Amino acid sequence: MYDLTIIGAGPAGITAAVYAARKKLNTLVITNNIGGWAATSSEVGNYPSYQFITGPELAKKFEEHLKSFELDLREREEAISIEKINNIFKVKTKKEEYESKTVIIANGRIPRELNIPGEKEFKNKGITYCATCDAPLFAGKDVAVIGGGNSALDAVIQLMKIAKKIYLINLTDKFICEEVRLDKARNSEKVEILENTETKEIIGDKFVSQMKVLKEGKEKILDVQGVFIEIGSVPTIIDVKTQDGNLKLNKGNEIIVDQYCKTNIPGLFAAGDVTDVPYKQIIIAAGQGSIATLSAFDYLSKIK
Amino acid sequence: MSKIIVYSAPNCPWCHTLKDFLKEKNIEFEDIDVSKDHEKATEMIEKSGQMGVPQIEINGKMIVGFDKEAIEKELENV
Repeated sequence: MYDLTIIGAGPAGITAAVYAARKKLNTLVITNNIGGWAATSSEVGNYPSYQFITGPELAKKFEEHLKSFELDLREREEAISIEKINNIFKVKTKKEEYESKTVIIANGRIPRELNIPGEKEFKNKGITYCATCDAPLFAGKDVAVIGGGNSALDAVIQLMKIAKKIYLINLTDKFICEEVRLDKARNSEKVEILENTETKEIIGDKFVSQMKVLKEGKEKILDVQGVFIEIGSVPTIIDVKTQDGNLKLNKGNEIIVDQYCKTNIPGLFAAGDVTDVPYKQIIIAAGQGSIATLSAFDYLSKIK
Repeated sequence: MSKIIVYSAPNCPWCHTLKDFLKEKNIEFEDIDVSKDHEKATEMIEKSGQMGVPQIEINGKMIVGFDKEAIEKELENV
């Protein structure tokens, strides 16, 4: 039986694990990959001690730190459900079942989908949700980026070096992003910004060749070979069944936590972007990871 | 032993996960950076019909993404 099981190894999960290791808790970490969403960032400039670091480099540093401790780390394994019976948590993955006295959910978020015709059919056939991964495959091509936030602008800036023409398609006329990024896009001859524009359909044969958009009531066809969907994210959902009732989520399906990172289920904690914490930032996720472990440690000392 | 090819991009986390996985198993592979080698990138897309990285070619079979089970199964036949 583990003292603590941490689900996820992004900034929140890794920090939780580092604190757990230093508290000498018998700890299990279950994760799909190390680094989480932070690892897909093209640049991180707001994490103190690094003036500039790329997402993959920061993830590598996290990983080194994590692996410097003796922990039970199950990589490339996905937790699918948590059950609490007789004050013991059973965490199930596709492979195994683990028992633990406490659990921290830190499995972050996944990209939000558009839910329009053609989206499923052309995933990986021109449609991508990871600009840092797949942008190089669109060298010399005409592409569209959908979204109006930092990640959409980030995708545009990366593509400016690679693609021939970039349509930036935003549902409203407001961009919720850093002005410096928007200026870069506005000043590029390659970028055409379409505001108040809704994406209706992705069209193609083997690969994406066109997309249908609606701008101010008028339908328009754009010839593009790539579509980058950057419309934010939704929390990762994990099935939770407990003796104490349902896990409380907010309207956006984020896990509700208090300032101690406690959920409404005793012994179950949550940290990082999967929670209702305001501002999804690497450093905030890391901070919550440490709170969650310290809270779990308090809980454990009371039940012992 | 037939050649194993990994198609990857420098900033793609799953590409790193895939390559680390192969290194842990001491499996030799050729790493093609699709951000530098556009010809090979086109070849990859033609072979698999998929525009995304990582992809791995084992015994002439293309596996898209880090599909651990599929990769392990294919490696058994190498």
